[in-house]
Amino acid sequence: MRKAFTSSIEKLAADDRILFVTGDLGYNAFENLRDIMKDRFINAGVAEQNMIGVAAGLAHKGYKVFCYSIAPFTTYRCLEQIRIDVCFHQLPVFIIGNGGGYGYGIMGATHHAISDIACMSSLPDLTSYVPAFIEDVALSITEMVKNGKPAYLRLGQGKNNPSVQKDMECINPVFVSPEAEVTLIALGPSINNAIDAIEASGLKNKINLFSAVKIPFDNFEGAFLKSIQKTKKLLVIEEHVSRGGIGEFIALNCLSIGLELDKFRSLCAAGYPDKQYGDQNFHQVQSGLDKDSILQLICDWLKR
Amino acid sequence: MNTIEIHKLQGSLRLRLIELYHKANAGHIGCSLSCIDLMIGSLIQHKKPEDSFILSKGHAAAALYVCLNFTGEISDEELQSFYKNGTKLPAHPSAGHFKGIPFALGSLGHGLPIACGIAKAGKIQKSNALSYVLMSDGETNEGTTWEAAHFAVQNKLDNLLVLIDKNGLQAFGNTKDILGDTASGELMSAIGFEVLTVNGHNLEEIANGIENLKSSKNGKPKMVIGNTIKGKGISYMENKMEWHYLPMTEELYAKAKKELKSTYFA
Repeated sequence: MRKAFTSSIEKLAADDRILFVTGDLGYNAFENLRDIMKDRFINAGVAEQNMIGVAAGLAHKGYKVFCYSIAPFTTYRCLEQIRIDVCFHQLPVFIIGNGGGYGYGIMGATHHAISDIACMSSLPDLTSYVPAFIEDVALSITEMVKNGKPAYLRLGQGKNNPSVQKDMECINPVFVSPEAEVTLIALGPSINNAIDAIEASGLKNKINLFSAVKIPFDNFEGAFLKSIQKTKKLLVIEEHVSRGGIGEFIALNCLSIGLELDKFRSLCAAGYPDKQYGDQNFHQVQSGLDKDSILQLICDWLKR
Repeated sequence: MNTIEIHKLQGSLRLRLIELYHKANAGHIGCSLSCIDLMIGSLIQHKKPEDSFILSKGHAAAALYVCLNFTGEISDEELQSFYKNGTKLPAHPSAGHFKGIPFALGSLGHGLPIACGIAKAGKIQKSNALSYVLMSDGETNEGTTWEAAHFAVQNKLDNLLVLIDKNGLQAFGNTKDILGDTASGELMSAIGFEVLTVNGHNLEEIANGIENLKSSKNGKPKMVIGNTIKGKGISYMENKMEWHYLPMTEELYAKAKKELKSTYFA
């Protein structure tokens, strides 16, 4: 997704109200952007807390500011700066976290962000974007810039499945069938493993699949709610810990409206259960977020 | 303002400040008294409308409030709501109400990065505005000081003017006994700041320091280190760490008023 991100930002670069600040990352990605933006491209060094404070000062003077680093470093490392300097003042600072979830794989746990959404979605009036498909990246950026409010963009590994939406609704139907018996919802790029599993199961007509790409949800009570009311079986898939993830949020919403489900299962990031490390797929397998684990669960639920 | 008027202003703002704290039965008096003269010198005497002023040591909010009351931005009525439920003037500045308080500050180490961002914006916009930020010496323990200082030097932010209220005391001891002198002029000069050290209660020295630094367009960020006395002006508070926290009894309030009147209005 970083290529899609770079290309979207380059399209915005002519706008002299846009600034781009990086925490010293962007090798082999942002050289062209740096050349285009000149003094509006700022390398703030390996100093993320200062980067966010500086961005707040820049935004206060009328700029829309992107702040880029690897996901854990633009979220956890500078959470207080985001909370106070950016969110309290509702400044147009856009936090970009590359490689959310287990995206940085074998780089190890320091480079993973599996509780970033919990942190960021607890902040006042900040919207988190988790693009599922490549095209979602441009849609997210367009909306972030248009809204001019604090935002977090978690970039993951998106496949080239076509995007299902033309604008950034929080929850979007991917497959919907009148015969559906189960509802699946996946956060961001986790949808790709769900799609592969559903295709392999041969049970596509028994499943309604939704993609969650923006948090907090403002369209929970749309097609997604209708689907879980009908199927009463809900499987949530997210490359994020269960605490503070979309599974918890959906469960709270269901309880709040008195909606009882026959089956509810949250597939989420398990952390590092055996203190073993590997690529993103390795961690997905350990967490049960890979295609085969999802396929097994679908078959169990549909008793095929 | 002539020297006598300035001296009286130092006294009258102190009297307002202790009145606020007394009515609120609250602490943070000592650290407000140590920086109020630096604030008069910068915010009241030097700041132009296009300039910005950030109080990074947010615990001295009352000093900021009485200064903004003096400049007319905060009304007398509003000022009297200090510390009360429903106020716009809590113990640490909260943003959203006054142009002179653009940021919520109180968690230490946030003001300098923000002021660097404002100064950097000024550079991109080719503006002549100055970005002032007032910090405490204890606050420079925070790592963001060092991230931001290097950013300021690297980006040649000579439109950044940092004021340090160097009273030598922090929340639980003398700065020299805790992490040492993290607000050292030598350190800041070595990084690339242009540093002047002044008596932080002498408005003439503060004014000269600011004027000298403002006129020096050499690409170096500026710093005025004000050597100050915590609790300045009230004998029983001076250089006493506990006056970071304590409220005044009736008796001590009366004594404080008497001393301030005799020092600044005699």
